[in-house]
Amino acid sequence: MAEPASVAAESLAGSRARAARTVLGQVVLPGEELLLPEQEDAEGPGGAVERPLSLNARACSRVRVVCGPGLRRCGDRLLVTKCGRLRHKEPGSGSGGGVYWVDSQQKRYVPVKGDHVIGIVTAKSGDIFKVDVGGSEPASLSYLSFEGATKRNRPNVGDLIYGQFVVANKDMEPEMVCIDSCGRANGMGVIGQDGLLFKVTLGLIRKLLAPDCEIIQEVGKLYPLEIVFGMNGRIWVKAKTIQQTLILANILEACEHMTSDQRKQIFSRLAES
Amino acid sequence: MKETPLSNCERRFLLRAIEEKKRLDGRQTYDYRNIRISFGTDYGCCIVELGKTRVLGQVSCELVSPKLNRATEGILFFNLELSQMAAPAFEPGRQSDLLVKLNRLMERCLRNSKCIDTESLCVVAGEKVWQIRVDLHLLNHDGNIIDAASIAAIVALCHFRRPDVSVQGDEVTLYTPEERDPVPLSIHHMPICVSFAFFQQGTYLLVDPNEREERVMDGLLVIAMNKHREICTIQSSGGIMLLKDQVLRCSKIAGVKVAEITELILKALENDQKVRKEGGKFGFAESIANQRITAFKMEKAPIDTSDVEEKAEEIIAEAEPPSEVVSTPVLWTPGTAQIGEGVENSWGDLEDSEKEDDEGGGDQAIILDGIKMDTGVEVSDIGSQGGPKHWKNGADAPIILSDSEEEEMIILEPDKNPKKIRTQTTSAKQEKAPSKKPVKRRKKKRAAN
Repeated sequence: MAEPASVAAESLAGSRARAARTVLGQVVLPGEELLLPEQEDAEGPGGAVERPLSLNARACSRVRVVCGPGLRRCGDRLLVTKCGRLRHKEPGSGSGGGVYWVDSQQKRYVPVKGDHVIGIVTAKSGDIFKVDVGGSEPASLSYLSFEGATKRNRPNVGDLIYGQFVVANKDMEPEMVCIDSCGRANGMGVIGQDGLLFKVTLGLIRKLLAPDCEIIQEVGKLYPLEIVFGMNGRIWVKAKTIQQTLILANILEACEHMTSDQRKQIFSRLAES
Repeated sequence: MKETPLSNCERRFLLRAIEEKKRLDGRQTYDYRNIRISFGTDYGCCIVELGKTRVLGQVSCELVSPKLNRATEGILFFNLELSQMAAPAFEPGRQSDLLVKLNRLMERCLRNSKCIDTESLCVVAGEKVWQIRVDLHLLNHDGNIIDAASIAAIVALCHFRRPDVSVQGDEVTLYTPEERDPVPLSIHHMPICVSFAFFQQGTYLLVDPNEREERVMDGLLVIAMNKHREICTIQSSGGIMLLKDQVLRCSKIAGVKVAEITELILKALENDQKVRKEGGKFGFAESIANQRITAFKMEKAPIDTSDVEEKAEEIIAEAEPPSEVVSTPVLWTPGTAQIGEGVENSWGDLEDSEKEDDEGGGDQAIILDGIKMDTGVEVSDIGSQGGPKHWKNGADAPIILSDSEEEEMIILEPDKNPKKIRTQTTSAKQEKAPSKKPVKRRKKKRAAN
């Protein structure tokens, strides 16, 4: 009884669907199916086994698991759509089953709602700005979406803007604003005049923005600087002199390919010189 | 796709860096990027990498009838294509200006300089001649296409072997490569283009501009030279006025560079020749290093860090050691509290003591209005960050707030005069936070995910 059922499950999926828990941290490829924890028991000995109904109100296995980037719901399972490492984050407040996502690497940015990005103003048309964010279409930014917006303090064509997306889906052009939901700037707006803008991969940006990033702490110890990270792969750096800015830019670009030992060596060399 | 626009701050930064003789990747003014030449399995196929700019060159030949007015000469045909994978801005039909300019320059450099002996391409005068066709494809655009393309063209031509032909009376025999070894083309000299980018109306000059430098340049001077210091072509575009001695200086630099590049080319050709003769493996697959990670790999960039020493020492000498900043709430009166230290009050000078809270998100914004200090709450110096705080009203030990996702302001230089909040009457004014701390580090952090 168990045999034909398990064979059927295999042939359906192509290969046996693995439990998501066992694959955490490993590389997954597009097309793989993953089982969520509460489904493992059902699939183990074969799908057609009858389970005794439990009458006491134990925690019902229907926890809400959030499906992050690189994963898609496929019936009861998760289908992997990007290649990369599978990650999981436990829920903070105890409700829900946490978040699963795939840590993948790419250079081309796709606008996502809520992301903070650095854009370049390319045109003014009507009462909106057209801002290039590295996606397939330029985003639109209204004149009024700045804190304290007046006719005088508008950005010009060619300025750098740090803002977030309010609308970003594949059917419409993305829209961004430079204020948050309370109407305050919160660090967004026009980025200052000097400094250097350069582009890195999206994975590096996420690594640098992680809560305890060593790279940023070490860089901060070198000399005073200002940095803005955009989730679209753009970084704006400013230090006191051009030389320092160039060093920073090169370090951040190179951090992607260095192990932490090499990085520590470079920082100690810079700190000495 | 449209080209990514160049922002004002990038342009300004690049021009300022050039004025200080600094390039983005740490090169000197007259330095070329690394040139890498690799050959394919067929004769006449090569890839040239100038930094990240890559050009693929392929030479092929065919027997055709000659042109009517040049009955004893072979035909040369050059074609440079900007592939769509080279840059997002290259689209079919959208590249015409640049394409025409590059093609024209290639033709003048290679055809008009007579680097290839076309008379030797003649098989039967007036009837059959060789048509040599050079196809160049740009695979990646990181600046200075013309240099890379000219190197690729000349390397491919030197590497190419055409089938052997023998003529006996009226009989023409074309031998296949198996019957007789193919013969190389007869090349007189190797013209190589060297590009000079000018900035600020000809004041500053850079050799081998990369893509960003090309975007901010005023004009471009291309000199095609061979190693015998003969100028084959010279072209100036961009409409800048150049002085005679500038042009002469560029030609001297070009002479030096061309000599180096020619040496590199000859060495590469020799290596390939040796490998083929010894029966070793050759081709593009062999030029890729085995057992090494090449994706996401960067070449080492030499960066000059000599200036940093003085600056860093200055800064470190002046600054005091950074102290621990712990956000603790300060209870002013029951119901109003202050977290952290705000920036300078931008609402101007007010009679009442008022401090705008800058740390914490919108939800936590607490504005203090007209604090009357006679409620009996004594607070000791707020200015000194670090060190124990004394809570006279019996509050608990300082509460450390959880990681806020909002802006975090860390001030490296603590105040020289720690602010003291005097217990005061209504008319007293509270000292405001000193404006502009000399060294400030502001981190705009947005947690990922």
